[in-house]
Amino acid sequence: MRRKFSIKKITFLLFLVSFVSVAQHNEKTDAANAPKEEKDLKVTIKEYINHHLLDSYDFGLFSYTNDHNEKVHIGSPLPVILWDNGLKVFSSSKFHYGETVAEVDGNHYKVYHNKIYKTDAAGTITYAGDDHSHPSNVKPLDFSITKNVVMIFVVFLIMFFMFKRMAKNYKKNPLPTGIGRLLEPIILYIRDDIAIPNIGAKHYKKYMSYLLTVFFFVWIVNLLGLTPLGVNVTNNVAVTLVLALITFILTTVTANKNYWAHIFWMPGVPKLMRIVLAPIEVLGMIIKPFSLMIRLYANITAGHIVLMSIIGLMFIFKSWIGSPLSFGLAIALSLLELLVAALQAYIFTMLSALYFGSAVEEHDDH
Amino acid sequence: MDKLINDFSLGLFVWMGVLFVLLVLLLKKYAWKPILDAVNEREEGIKKALESAENAKKEMQNLASDNEALIKEARAERDAMLKEAREIREKMISEAKEDAKEQGAKMIENAVIAIDQEKQAALAHLKKEVGDLSMIIAEAILKKELSSQDDQIKLVEGMLKDVTLN
Repeated sequence: MRRKFSIKKITFLLFLVSFVSVAQHNEKTDAANAPKEEKDLKVTIKEYINHHLLDSYDFGLFSYTNDHNEKVHIGSPLPVILWDNGLKVFSSSKFHYGETVAEVDGNHYKVYHNKIYKTDAAGTITYAGDDHSHPSNVKPLDFSITKNVVMIFVVFLIMFFMFKRMAKNYKKNPLPTGIGRLLEPIILYIRDDIAIPNIGAKHYKKYMSYLLTVFFFVWIVNLLGLTPLGVNVTNNVAVTLVLALITFILTTVTANKNYWAHIFWMPGVPKLMRIVLAPIEVLGMIIKPFSLMIRLYANITAGHIVLMSIIGLMFIFKSWIGSPLSFGLAIALSLLELLVAALQAYIFTMLSALYFGSAVEEHDDH
Repeated sequence: MDKLINDFSLGLFVWMGVLFVLLVLLLKKYAWKPILDAVNEREEGIKKALESAENAKKEMQNLASDNEALIKEARAERDAMLKEAREIREKMISEAKEDAKEQGAKMIENAVIAIDQEKQAALAHLKKEVGDLSMIIAEAILKKELSSQDDQIKLVEGMLKDVTLN
């Protein structure tokens, strides 16, 4: 019953996000005035999608252009933390949503293509090449609390308090209560159908904390990415890299003799083959977590691009048939994305368990 | 690939790394360990409860079979007792009969002896009576016979005759 409700709620929220997007775009198109060509609209949508997929220095909910032709942003600025010959902390409101140069302690910073560059007072960006793609300005070390960091922190808090409360309930009652009733089968599934079969009953315990955390983290983050806030954390390579890197480190650190033997001196094959196989296996060692990183990143990014493109189609079609059609498609795709959200979490956990399993495999296991 | 590298943000990487590792460690201490322990404990408990239920069932079965054996034994004992009682009764009856017979025989014997004795006594008495009577008669006769001389001689003679005859 609880689960059904949450799915209903999420679907409802998806409806909302569609409407919000509609409203937002309508404002834009109105402001852009009629004579503007359709090509411009396509470019706008494309830019909008790209912008949505990127991290941002402020927590923007939506923006519109008001009657005085001024762009109004609804949202909240976030702290910017830079290391540029000393720690510089200031609010992202100083950038005015990337429109102005921020002046801090006599230094000038400008957001260009979603990255902070050190500029002069006028905010001049110089380029290394002719193609204007790689600015040559100095990039200070940037540890800002961006939109994605906020979301990670929110998920951090949600997970910590949710599971802590669940654990507390077990002290009073051996049976799960409340949300534990939904979460316990998932935890048991991860233990009984992911960890134990792949790692083995002898070694699985030391990986359980990571497997459970990564599953729920990816799942919750993906689900939150589908809400109207639409803050997509897992479509950042940096995020998926952290997860893949931990899998890689855990595999390498906990690996037994047998694992290294299989990489550098494959037993059961001719000597010459062993020499050939060693570099391939070493490469495989790195490719495995790399594929983990790319898979999660690409799946979530692709899902969002397609979903937003379909929503964007409404503004291109501008007809009675096109809009409902793309609206329906968007709903269907959102439901698919719900599945993908859980599926990618499952695949990441499953493959991590598989790699851990290969690291601790005993010789007489096969 | 170029886009990947371009999109990569060191700040996000660092924040994510720190927060995620912290999350794993915190959850391990405050959530996963207690939850998994509780679940394990519960599973063990269920396993144990099932085992003990199975044991109890077995015990019950044992008890039932024990009971049956006891009942059987009791029944056999009862049968044996009944049989014994019957035997004792029969034995007692037969013994009593025997006894009675013996007693009867003894009594009859005693009676016979007593009757015999009585008879002897009666005979002796009779003999004495008859003797006395005959003495009286003999006296009377003698008195009558010996009243005259002749008679006395006659008698003596007669007696003498008898003696010689003997």
